[in-house]
Amino acid sequence: MTQKVKQEIVAMNGDEAVAFAVKQCDVDVVAAYPITPQTIIVEKFSEYVANGEVQTEFVCTESEHSALTACLAASVTGARTFTASASAGLALMHEMLFVTSGSRAPVVMAVANRALSSPLNIHGDHSDSMAERDSGWIHIYVENAQEAYDSIVQAFKIAEDVGVSLPIIVGLDGFTISHTLERVDVLSEDAIKKFVGERQFPMVLTHEGKTVPFKLDPENPMTMGPNALPNYYFEFKRQQEEGMRNALKKIQEVNSEYAKISGRSYGNGLIDAYKLDDAEIAIVCIGSTAGTLKVIVDQLREEGVKAGVLRLRTFRPLPSEELRNALKNIKVVAVMDKSMSPGGLGAAVFNEVRNALYDLKQRPIMVNYIFGLGGRDSSPRDLRRIFEDLAKIAKTGLVEKQVHYLGLRE
Amino acid sequence: MTTQEWKFTAKDIASKPDLFLSGHRACAGCGPAAALRLIMKATRGPTIVTQATGCMEIVGSIYPYSSWAVPWLHTAFENAAANASGIDAALKAMRKKGKVKQEHIDIIAIAGDGGTYDIGLQALSGAVERGHDFLFVLYDNEGYMNTGIQRSSSTPIGAATTTTPAGSVNPGKLEKKKPITEIMLAHEMEYVATATPYYWKDMMTKARKGLEVEGPAFLHVFAPCPRGWRSEPAKTMEYSKLSVESCVFPIWEAVNGKRQLSTPSKLIALAPQKKKPVKAYLEGQGRFRHLFTPQNQHVLDGIQLATDERWQRLLQKCESA
Amino acid sequence: MSSKEKTWKEISIAGVPPKSSIGFMTGDWKTYMPVRDLEKCTTCLTCVMFCPEGAIKWRPEMGKIEFDFSFCKGCGICANECPTKAITMKMPE
Repeated sequence: MTQKVKQEIVAMNGDEAVAFAVKQCDVDVVAAYPITPQTIIVEKFSEYVANGEVQTEFVCTESEHSALTACLAASVTGARTFTASASAGLALMHEMLFVTSGSRAPVVMAVANRALSSPLNIHGDHSDSMAERDSGWIHIYVENAQEAYDSIVQAFKIAEDVGVSLPIIVGLDGFTISHTLERVDVLSEDAIKKFVGERQFPMVLTHEGKTVPFKLDPENPMTMGPNALPNYYFEFKRQQEEGMRNALKKIQEVNSEYAKISGRSYGNGLIDAYKLDDAEIAIVCIGSTAGTLKVIVDQLREEGVKAGVLRLRTFRPLPSEELRNALKNIKVVAVMDKSMSPGGLGAAVFNEVRNALYDLKQRPIMVNYIFGLGGRDSSPRDLRRIFEDLAKIAKTGLVEKQVHYLGLRE
Repeated sequence: MTTQEWKFTAKDIASKPDLFLSGHRACAGCGPAAALRLIMKATRGPTIVTQATGCMEIVGSIYPYSSWAVPWLHTAFENAAANASGIDAALKAMRKKGKVKQEHIDIIAIAGDGGTYDIGLQALSGAVERGHDFLFVLYDNEGYMNTGIQRSSSTPIGAATTTTPAGSVNPGKLEKKKPITEIMLAHEMEYVATATPYYWKDMMTKARKGLEVEGPAFLHVFAPCPRGWRSEPAKTMEYSKLSVESCVFPIWEAVNGKRQLSTPSKLIALAPQKKKPVKAYLEGQGRFRHLFTPQNQHVLDGIQLATDERWQRLLQKCESA
Repeated sequence: MSSKEKTWKEISIAGVPPKSSIGFMTGDWKTYMPVRDLEKCTTCLTCVMFCPEGAIKWRPEMGKIEFDFSFCKGCGICANECPTKAITMKMPE
């Protein structure tokens, strides 16, 4: 039985918490390019490099495309790698996101989630990483700076698991989490190093007939990133799906292992349910919004309203079964999306959650609230209004509008 | 750069096993394949190769087959130099922690002209500026041959490609070839050289020198493409030779910016009467066929003039060095 | 799909090829094949150097040059470059 270890309390913003976690994880290569609001992560990490506090090679690339490329190449050479990005930078990486997951390189990337142009906007929403839903990366979204720190640590252990071998995006809300000073409890470097462990490699059969660890090594030459024609491409994509299925288990495992040494866990690692058991109405969201919603739920409970919150922590792989179990008895569910899918029926999180619930014999009524685009603030009063809407629907059974724009001047 | 000269004979090279293996699927008479096979024999020890998307990347890695006897990585088109950056950083970091056994591992990034002059230029410039230890080999066949012979910024004036076809108004490509080696020299690199496989010994020596540099080195290999140039596969080495003899592609090397003509080009500089007219190089290549008509005589004249001027400028640069 | 092709469970991840192209014969691409006149051959190795396929091998132990027709694509570079014109391209019989 692992013992909970001593922790230190530090005041850090989300970006600094990420950089601090990377410092403790014995990362070999960090390659990055500055883009607001992620910039502080690499600036902070550069200080560790400048002061000799890490043995990491820091590659300050000339673009986000090269940043992720360098991480991918370093990762398949055998290095533990990290990068950070957001918004336009993540969009520029788009091509390489697919190459990285297809190359089964366990790169860890912090995304300080931010709006996409145009118009240019540097503020927080989820447009950037939602556009990368199908890129084959694991997506974990955190609620606060503490979870940002904890999740980066966990991310290396999840990504580098030989059954997973997939890259991870850890999403933290741009500015709301990235730039807000919070209390963060940190473990010792030794405890973290021990927890994350040495990098593991899956075994592969090479054209020299040897079964060897999957990395670029002159002693065991292998060919990486070949052309797979229609006769094989599909099989490699199916293998990636298997990695995702394994991640579903691994994320839960790592969440509880980490709880043993830190005392902190985030639901089961996949979903974080708050007062859902007897709830009649509930809101599903990702990221920092959950913090505010929990406070509102507490107020509503005092008023006798059976409200609850489900924070979807792991968006990819989608925990469909957990979503079904958690939401099956709710009458009305609102899903909140900080991104849009113009012309679609609601946005990404709504689509995913609603899809997961389709197979229930008795399904909750579901509505979508698009909010916070380009950093538009949503006050507790705005969020409380959603619960009021849900209560009304629960009473009447009538849905006047399926997709709402919260806080938009109409 | 070490000064120890690498001495070798044809027999030495012929006795070395191939690292770019038979069974690759390059077209018959492929200049880049011939060049790469030899360049891989100029390696000096443990080596990792990374390639940009392109002909030479495709032909050696069609699943379930590989033509590479060294560790090899392809990720995308525009980022061969960024791959090299990542490999270099990983080896450095892992060596510090005792996770790499080999004392030294050479890194070669290979790209065609599309992956160097055009889409790959940014990553290349960045990687060179950061000083990563790698040799970048450009195999220049003057167009996007793998995607169906489209023009690149390396395609010379007058060449017909599928995006610059010779028509009743336009005589093939209207713009001149981008001077990529001048751009690379402007990065103040320790080693920049041009080569072509007909002069195989020169090319291999330069590849070895590029590997010996501690930092980035750039080797521009001019490699005829029978498919894209509409030339006879048997004449690949002939065009390689004619490109030097006509001064269309002079061969030289620059060590710390000091430029020197390599022997075949130097001999022409010393005996200008040996310089062949560009016509000798152009004729026989289908991509220039339309130039050999009365109405396009001026284009041919222009190519000769531009080639002469470029050669004169090069001679001055070599002298001033 | 032929039954020889493996399932996703049977192959290594990320497309790492399990076979060397030395098992992929490109020799059947050719129309013409090089034929040598051994009397004219001086074993200068020009053909060995220039062959894009690595299909012309120098056998130092025998002091001989060998053509591997299982890879020769019949490009004719060897015939074109041979300084003693010892190689001619011929239609196989």
